[in-house]
Amino acid sequence: MDTKRKKNETLHLVNWEIAEVTVFQRQYLLLMGMMLLILLIYLLRLWHLQVLQGAKYRYQSENNRIRLEDIPSPRGIIFDRNGTPLVENRPAYHLMLIREDVQDMGQTLRELARLCARAPEEFQNVIDANKQTPKFLPIRLLSDLDRDCLARVEAQRIRLPGVVIQLEPKREYITNGKAAHLIGYLSEITETELRSSTYQGYNLGEDIGKFGVESAFEKFLHGKRGGRQVEVDAVGRRMRLLDEVLPIPGRNIWLTVDMELQKIAESCMEGHVGAIVALDPNNGAILALANSPVFSQEKFIRGLSRDEWQTLSRDPNHPLLNRCIGAAYPPGSTYKPVVALAGLKEGVISLETSFGCPGYLQFGDRKYRCWRDHGHGSMEVERALMQSCDVFFYQTGLRLGVDRIAQYANYFGLGEKTGLGLHGEHPGLIPTSWWKRQAVGVPWQKGETLSIAIGQGFDLATPLQMALAYAAIANKGKLWQPYVVSRIEGNSSEEIDEIKGKLKRKIPIDARFFEIVQKGLLGVVEDDRGTAHGVRDKSILMAGKTGTAQVVRVADGANRKLVAKMAKEKDRDHAWFVGYAPANDPQIVVAALVEHGGHGSSVTAPLVQRVISAYLNSKPSLTSPPASQ
Amino acid sequence: MPMMDRRLVENFDWSIICVLIAIISIGLLSIYSALYLQIQVNPTRNLFVRQLMWLAVGFAVMFCTLLVDYQKLKVASFWIYLFSLLLLAVVLVVGKEVNGSKRWLEIAGFQFQPSEFMKAAIVIHLSNCFSSQEISTYPGLRRLLIPLFLVALPVLLILAEPDLGTAISVMALSMTIIFFMGIRWRYILTILLTIGPLLWPIWEHVLKPYQKRRILILLRPDLDPLGAGYHIRQSKIAIGSGMLWGKGFLQGTQNKLHFLPEKHTDFIFSVWAEEWGFIGCAVLLLLFATLIVLALRVARRSKDRYGSLLVVGMTGLVLWQGLINIGMVIGLLPVVGITLPFVSYGGSSLISLCFAIGLIENVSMRRYVFQSR
Repeated sequence: MDTKRKKNETLHLVNWEIAEVTVFQRQYLLLMGMMLLILLIYLLRLWHLQVLQGAKYRYQSENNRIRLEDIPSPRGIIFDRNGTPLVENRPAYHLMLIREDVQDMGQTLRELARLCARAPEEFQNVIDANKQTPKFLPIRLLSDLDRDCLARVEAQRIRLPGVVIQLEPKREYITNGKAAHLIGYLSEITETELRSSTYQGYNLGEDIGKFGVESAFEKFLHGKRGGRQVEVDAVGRRMRLLDEVLPIPGRNIWLTVDMELQKIAESCMEGHVGAIVALDPNNGAILALANSPVFSQEKFIRGLSRDEWQTLSRDPNHPLLNRCIGAAYPPGSTYKPVVALAGLKEGVISLETSFGCPGYLQFGDRKYRCWRDHGHGSMEVERALMQSCDVFFYQTGLRLGVDRIAQYANYFGLGEKTGLGLHGEHPGLIPTSWWKRQAVGVPWQKGETLSIAIGQGFDLATPLQMALAYAAIANKGKLWQPYVVSRIEGNSSEEIDEIKGKLKRKIPIDARFFEIVQKGLLGVVEDDRGTAHGVRDKSILMAGKTGTAQVVRVADGANRKLVAKMAKEKDRDHAWFVGYAPANDPQIVVAALVEHGGHGSSVTAPLVQRVISAYLNSKPSLTSPPASQ
Repeated sequence: MPMMDRRLVENFDWSIICVLIAIISIGLLSIYSALYLQIQVNPTRNLFVRQLMWLAVGFAVMFCTLLVDYQKLKVASFWIYLFSLLLLAVVLVVGKEVNGSKRWLEIAGFQFQPSEFMKAAIVIHLSNCFSSQEISTYPGLRRLLIPLFLVALPVLLILAEPDLGTAISVMALSMTIIFFMGIRWRYILTILLTIGPLLWPIWEHVLKPYQKRRILILLRPDLDPLGAGYHIRQSKIAIGSGMLWGKGFLQGTQNKLHFLPEKHTDFIFSVWAEEWGFIGCAVLLLLFATLIVLALRVARRSKDRYGSLLVVGMTGLVLWQGLINIGMVIGLLPVVGITLPFVSYGGSSLISLCFAIGLIENVSMRRYVFQSR
């Protein structure tokens, strides 16, 4: 039976059904007919191109060449908040050579060398290095010609077939070295970047933003390059424009930063290593973002030599680090207001709660010292902030516990990236017991709570984070998402994107608690016993908090002042001050940090005071909230 | 041993191989001409020699294809299809991105395009589906649903790479097979009438401006003077300047111009046309036509529907790619990336084409074999 079925199947395979055959035959004829028709059309088309119009195309192929030329798009300009341009595009002229069109290479090179006052060998080397590039593509002999050389070459160009002057907009940093970390710089796109999807449509040799706003806002600033199809004659001169695609210029960007204030902030930092952040507590707009040491952007535009790059990258002070956002330090005593607010809100302390400070707190078998060796006596929250009593905050911290402190620190944006929009932001660190088990592998020690309650230990924050936290204290609970760009201009006047401050969260703490802490912070400057009383200026009501972040742990029982005095430069404490003014109607918050600066009260508080008074005095109009209203 | 069978050898169609060798020779001449300057500059990257190696592999594949009775492919057809589909999915995830599209898979330093293999796989599987005794000629719409789905799946995957050219060829050759099964005019009308009105709202509301622009550029290259428009202008100058007799071997001057990134692949026909003129073009076109006619003769003589459909599909592979490529190079059709079969440089495509010819010969050899399995 099995063989019979097989036989049947074979028979089926061999025999076509009659109806099927006729259908298939018809389709063959149809397909064949269609193919022959298309073949005929193609042959006619080829006849038309090659025989009827052949002479025209032969002429075009022999006497004319069609070339593609790039038209670079001008990059968007960056302005400060008052419309002062911070960067510019100036024209740069490059000397290019199309080898295919050169009649006598030796003669041409000698002539060019004479016109540009260079050695002919120099040009020969460039040509040798470009042996691989096709001959019809221009190669660059000399970048950025000076005016005289350009004029001489341009005058002789008719006699020098193959020599082309290429115009390219070049970035110029008007305030070179000022706000360098904020503005950033450009440099040529690398092979890897070219392949990535972020830079689709970019060509080899194009510049892209590599740092700061230039990099973060690349897609707005860059624009889109255009090009043209031109017919050139045998010596490479343009005969006719066949087609053109105009470039789309990059969009201009307005920063929130006030360049005058930025300059003052940077001059404050001269001679120090550190950062100053100034921002508007009413919307989160960054007013100044100063870093020290700074670097020169022009050097990057020109192209760094190997040596220059090595000195820059090996500098122990890391000039390329944007400390305002990219470096995190223990916040020290500037962290205390956060702990105070947490304690008040959680009810572990009240306005009247007082703790005695004998100069130390005995906890377990260890003595946790207050910065003031002989103690503060009896302290309540306002006076503890004013005089920065460590023992008061040890006690508050103990009653709160690590996780409740962390919860409130997170409300103030500590331990998370601020979302400023520039690259390289450090999230900082606010430890929790869970974090320590995960990251260190050991359970939380209660003694560590004492350290973090005064902003030491694992606590880390960037100057920008501290400025934002204090802005939230100054405005009674509004945590802003900071921003540096206020306006992105379009190609027409209608196409303007205005960027407004974004409220990140409303901190769930009652206004009366904020008022208590604000009073304490005002006392820091205004009260005779405040830690920063030395910078008091009668004309400006400033509130703030000093901070000293320990770099080296002081051994039990040692005299802190003595240790600090004897410490070497690199072991000295970091000095903090965060302040805002006017205290009754805050318009500006400034956070300053000086690495290894010693005491916040003596080093950083005067800097903050200078920046704040410069801002408030220069802008009397700004004592009322700015144009956004 | 099937190869020992005298009848098998007798029925081998030598004329197809002769025409094929003529076309391949034209291809080699053109590739050499397109690349010899480049090879002089950089002898380590000799694509001409590499093409010769691909040819050797291609002929080996062709020979292997002859050995196995094509009836046996029926069993494997689904798995071949599924495997090719899987490769297409894999390429979207781990494929190498070149110029913004992911088409290439690299295995042990060996690069290939899975979409090329899909072309052969879809022919094999569709022929198998339609050779079932349950499907008669002029199948109803419900019978067509599954085959259409089988085509749509790989086409969508290839479009996602994106590779419009290959997607179009897969669709074209699938349609050829369905066309041979007989299709009623009212189906074509229904499809046109339902899809047509749907296109307008998609164009207006779904497509983003840059997508619209891309489609417009396909239809009118002069809208993109820096890309497709430039290529077409240069291609027309190259072809036209060949005139009646051509400029002669290695004498093409357009050759070294800017459209060279694709001159040895998509625009190889213009290299040939410039150097050999109208006469050369006519010879090449007639060779292609002869190849198609000879292949279709095999289909007509095949002993069963399955073999016939298989040959029709494989012929369609050569036919449609050839027609679309030449049409685009001479400025009659929009520019999509499709290579000229057996002439353009490219390993994956050459191997799948050799496999196609091998299958056609396979069907030809076995047209009178009445052996029971």
